[in-house]
Amino acid sequence: MPEQLAFTIEVFLNGLMAGVLYALVALGFVLIYKASGIFNYAQGVMALFAALTLVGIMEGQVPFSHLINAILGTEVHHFGWHIPAFLAIVLTMVVMIVLAYCVQRFVFRYLVGQEPIILFMATIGLAYFLEGVGDLMWGSEIKTLDVGLPQGINVWIDEFTFNATGYGFFIDNLDIVASIVAAILVIGLVMFAQYTKQGRAMRAVADDHQAALSVGVSLNFIWILVWSLAGFVALVAGIMWGAKSGVQFSLSLIALKALPVLMLGGFTSIPGAIVGGLIIGVGEKLFEFLIGAPFLGGATENWFAYMLALVFLVFRPQGLFGEKIIERV
Amino acid sequence: MFYREAGDFNTSYAQDQQTFPIKFDRYRYYLVLFVAVFVIPFMVNDYWVNSLFLPFLIYAIAAIGLNILVGYCGQVSLGTGGFMAVGAYSCYKLMTAMPDVSMFIHILLAGVITAAVGALFGLPSLRIKGFYLAVATLAAQFFLVWLFNRVPWFYNYSASGQISAPERDTFGILITGPNTEAWATYMFCLIFTVGSALVARNLTRGSVGRKWMAIRDMDIAAEIIGVNPLRAKLTAFAVSSFFIGISGALFFSIYLGAVEVGEAFGINKSFLVLFMIIIGGLGSIFGSFAGAAFLVLLPVLLKIVGVDWLGWPTDIVAHLQLVIVGGLIIVFLIAEPHGLAQLWRVAKEKLRLWPFPH
Repeated sequence: MPEQLAFTIEVFLNGLMAGVLYALVALGFVLIYKASGIFNYAQGVMALFAALTLVGIMEGQVPFSHLINAILGTEVHHFGWHIPAFLAIVLTMVVMIVLAYCVQRFVFRYLVGQEPIILFMATIGLAYFLEGVGDLMWGSEIKTLDVGLPQGINVWIDEFTFNATGYGFFIDNLDIVASIVAAILVIGLVMFAQYTKQGRAMRAVADDHQAALSVGVSLNFIWILVWSLAGFVALVAGIMWGAKSGVQFSLSLIALKALPVLMLGGFTSIPGAIVGGLIIGVGEKLFEFLIGAPFLGGATENWFAYMLALVFLVFRPQGLFGEKIIERV
Repeated sequence: MFYREAGDFNTSYAQDQQTFPIKFDRYRYYLVLFVAVFVIPFMVNDYWVNSLFLPFLIYAIAAIGLNILVGYCGQVSLGTGGFMAVGAYSCYKLMTAMPDVSMFIHILLAGVITAAVGALFGLPSLRIKGFYLAVATLAAQFFLVWLFNRVPWFYNYSASGQISAPERDTFGILITGPNTEAWATYMFCLIFTVGSALVARNLTRGSVGRKWMAIRDMDIAAEIIGVNPLRAKLTAFAVSSFFIGISGALFFSIYLGAVEVGEAFGINKSFLVLFMIIIGGLGSIFGSFAGAAFLVLLPVLLKIVGVDWLGWPTDIVAHLQLVIVGGLIIVFLIAEPHGLAQLWRVAKEKLRLWPFPH
């Protein structure tokens, strides 16, 4: 097998893995958008917040320690304990549920019936707010997140492909784990939506708010549930991305990676988020490898996804799997 | 009592069509203009100009531009930073290519170039709507920033990849470079701000503006009553980008002097200008000014209170600022989705009745 082709296949596979991670973030968007019509820009910051909280809880950091120290002149930083990863994840999930409750109770309850664009801007405000709160709570320095996920090159694939093709593929163990987790997550969410009472209520709300309300579904509860689910997805995404590249501000920018995925897949479709994620992941890695780096000076990953989605949308404005947009006067 | 439309009789068409038909508005406008032209330049020093007046005037232009697109035409754009970068870089190329031409012309030309780019990126708006469009404009943001970062021609092959404004003067008065007088830069920006506001106000109350608003309210209905959506949307994108380009050019040449594109014109800039028009009020020229003033003043105030009075570390104040800005946006959207401009309207309503409210 020629070198170039092997490289391309490797890039392709890594693109698939990256695409799974994009899809993971996009999934959180789709959940909230379907159930409440809110386009949640804060999803990326929620992932950052979840990862920060997880690290903070594991390390036993005192929340708001910098602020407390600045006001009271004290020197508190750590409680001095370390919490095992599993327990910390559960605790973080509790925090995310509280957050979901607060978001619903103090923000979106007052914005019911507003135009979608107002809701969207409210989530941008929420993103700034959460980012500030996260930094104030846990400090803004880069943290490493270690929950015991395997990392580094997968030796087995490396050897296997080397024996088969004469070129060993570099595939990160973490990416493989992330893909498996994402797959489980998606299957779990679909099962939840299809086969549980709350899931059915969720779909009812997504279908028609008023009709759902009239048959006795509590909108408030469903929205809190949906925000909690999105918080859970954010936590998972935060763990994966945090383990990959450290917990830092740039983690929140994965929201920007997820947006073109959403455009491509359609805002309302879970399969769309996954297929879109894979297309974008593969597309941008291959474009960077084949055209961007040799001819355009590199770093095309920043915009390629958007351009792809833009060009695509011109031909199909509702995305791959989105509901057909019908406009009436 | 103080603010009233009654008793204002127009006796000619010129009077009927003037920019501010109501006497109170007109006098207020003259007063503000008088203070801005004849009082402030004699009082300011470098600190005031650089930390308050220049950013306020420049962001006000950008906010007016974005407000035309979002507030009047209803096309949400997140590409403001990218378009400001187009203005800045075209201004830089013009300044270095034609050193003898007046800065006024450079900045206007930068606006025209940005308008062309804006119209180009506005083309998809004919097919894509709502959120999809908002996200699609991010393509402009990221692509343009990448372009100015990667193509050396745009920064004249300078080693640092930055662009820095050479010294240029207008009518013999230095306005760019490190050795400028505070009042000169202030006056230069003021001219553009006032000009932009006047043009924008008159555009938005004329037939073009009405077409934009028809498109905003419902584009299919507008099309049926004879508004050409292609022309309305593209003119909105072009005019909006024209103002944003001017503000980007001023931001680079007068205010910062040297610019690194990712830092100065990143996505945060897009959001900042968007916040200005949300807080100020969508679909209002006054709101653009109010929002710009608010978001320029807020960090300065927070810094004075937090760092200078309370003695907190700067990073905590910076984080608090995020919390406060984010919180304020939410509070504004909940309490007054139409922004500061609506508060002003309510105040006028009160003034009309005062001191005999029913």
